[in-house]
Amino acid sequence: MDESRDRILGHLRRALNREGSRDIAAQTVGERLAAHRPNTIPARAVAGDRDARIGLFQTMAEEAAATIARLASVKEVPAAVADYLAQRNLPSQLVVTPDPQLQPIPWGDRPTIRWREGIANADDLVGLTGAFAGIAETGTLMLISGPESPTRNNFLPDNHIAVLRAEQIVSTYEEGWKRLRSSTQPSQGQFTMPRTVNFVTGPSRTADIELKIELGAHGPRRLHILIIDDATVG
Amino acid sequence: MRASSRDFKDNARRALGDRNLAAALTILKRDFAGRRSAAVARLPEFEQLRDEGRDIKNHVLTHLDLYLETFERNVMALGGQVHWAADAAEARAQVLAICRAAGAKTVTKGKSMIAEEIGINEHLEENGITPVETDLGEYIIQLRHETPSHLIAPAIHLVKTQVAETFRAAHTQLDAARPLDEPRQLCDEARQLLRPKFLAADVGITGANFLVAETGSSVIVTNEGNGDLTQNLPRVHIVLASLEKIVPTLEDLSTLLRLLARSATGQECSTYTTVSSGPRRPGDSDGPEEYHVVLLDNGRSAMLGTEFQDILRCIRCGACFNHCPVYGAIGGHAYGWVYGGPVGAVLTPQLIGVEEAGNLPNASTFCGRCESVCPMRIPLPKMMRHWREREFERHLQPSLYRAGLKLWAFLARNPPLYRVATEIGAAVLGWSGRSRGRFRALVLARGWTKGRDMPAPEGKTFMALWAERQKQKS
Ligand code: SF4
Repeated sequence: MDESRDRILGHLRRALNREGSRDIAAQTVGERLAAHRPNTIPARAVAGDRDARIGLFQTMAEEAAATIARLASVKEVPAAVADYLAQRNLPSQLVVTPDPQLQPIPWGDRPTIRWREGIANADDLVGLTGAFAGIAETGTLMLISGPESPTRNNFLPDNHIAVLRAEQIVSTYEEGWKRLRSSTQPSQGQFTMPRTVNFVTGPSRTADIELKIELGAHGPRRLHILIIDDATVG
Repeated sequence: MRASSRDFKDNARRALGDRNLAAALTILKRDFAGRRSAAVARLPEFEQLRDEGRDIKNHVLTHLDLYLETFERNVMALGGQVHWAADAAEARAQVLAICRAAGAKTVTKGKSMIAEEIGINEHLEENGITPVETDLGEYIIQLRHETPSHLIAPAIHLVKTQVAETFRAAHTQLDAARPLDEPRQLCDEARQLLRPKFLAADVGITGANFLVAETGSSVIVTNEGNGDLTQNLPRVHIVLASLEKIVPTLEDLSTLLRLLARSATGQECSTYTTVSSGPRRPGDSDGPEEYHVVLLDNGRSAMLGTEFQDILRCIRCGACFNHCPVYGAIGGHAYGWVYGGPVGAVLTPQLIGVEEAGNLPNASTFCGRCESVCPMRIPLPKMMRHWREREFERHLQPSLYRAGLKLWAFLARNPPLYRVATEIGAAVLGWSGRSRGRFRALVLARGWTKGRDMPAPEGKTFMALWAERQKQKS
């Protein structure tokens, strides 16, 4: 409804006395959008070295009811997954996103695990995904959508296992955005936002009944993060 | 929805007698306020972030036309569509048209206050389309044909036994003898029954906590994950948002996110923050094929440049509700329209008219707690006062009340007269109440003395006593 568009924008322009001031205001807006200037960054997020950052990520994620296992290398993933599933009496069957970051996982080492690559469906109880980054400040996974990382794999399975390399852990959301902006090749021209960016902190929950927090409302009941320390993978 | 804000006094009286409500509100006040202050204490930069949050939104509001144009351009560049709706009726028509074009039979919904504001559920139902609320709280109140009573905890007015009764009455396909005593069981039942609805829906409707101009993105913040299933699984995603949801950049978004969760639930951050930009891309194996944003004005543009502009900074965190003594006593429904609490007291008169909103701007003790916790530093009490002034100017108050105020104003402008009048008043009250020291009822103020006694003054005014003391001193 273009008529409404004009009317609404007309209202706004009149209220803001835009006549005459448009050029200056447009310049202000243009500069502000281009600058990507961060506001105040919580000191606790940026204090410390790599180990402190990983430690903070772990502390905050666990506080949000995620579980964490630290692995020396991606080679250990099949064993870690098998243990995790066995401890929770879950079937040894999972759907894995077709993420190149996950290609080096030697699933053959654990032939009892039945895995399938692709998009999750309603029957999948366990899903394994990669991640774009981890945000130490709040123990949050940053996941982006794409042909190799369908979004629904983060939400449909009851159990979400995410593989995160230690190098991917950044201090803050702002650092996450910076990484995302520079991850698009300059040759592709302007940066385009992925269709979906999911920030995930712990498993799904609700407090809608008497404010009592219950895990597993509609999304995963459990979130398990495997942090890979080996820098050579991927 | 039809407003019953005019009946605020009756609504409030009824609410005060509701024992389940009182129990629910006791939990709310204890848990929300405690969790918020603990989260704030952990972040030394919180006050600074509040200043920045306020400044970001003030900047946006004074450049709102330009940011909206930028947002629209960026949505379209990614293949999405933007629909501008001047009022609720236009927004309803746009949503219905999109659903019809998609051949929709059922529509899943994430939590959205704009959806409540435009009354989309009724409209879809009237036109043969079934809306399914998926947020647990919203699902419960949809089954009960109620409206949300809190911005972020829509079913906060209920205790668990009421929810259990509701589920038993609605889910007749399940074993009648099943145990439903604990929130865990209720939660699992809703999860189990809603899963197939997510998968079957043709259209998913969500709200937006923020719109990012820089990238043309809509942002939802949830804990349940229902919003994500709602927008990812169906073929069409509709975002309902009002004009003022804009933030300039992803950096500004990050700042406001630090304020939102802490103020709302006392979490460091909510479980899911989802930034969505346009429909499915080439090569994607999931995501909606269509992405629509309905931008609702509904009276907001008329608030720009007025004394009510500051309320447009609101990020709907609910902190002011959780700290309001009036809301804490009567809950959200008594306010009679979509937005209760201090936000409703300020916003409702603008959105549905000061005549319809009746007494809402008076639903305040002016204790100032709302403003002191508001992450966006919105001067809520000041704006309620502005409405009261307007109400007075427009002769919307009872004539006796107006006459009294006028008399007081006249006297207050004549200090000698004022002194004489108050001296007479104090003397009369002091004399007539001297035997018992208090009044059970006062002429012209029966409403006030109904719930409490008025202590009788000593017979002299403060001014007279003060003058005497000064004399004694010298
Ligand atoms: S007015 Fe302030 S405290 Fe109340 S909901 Fe809005 S942002 Fe939160």
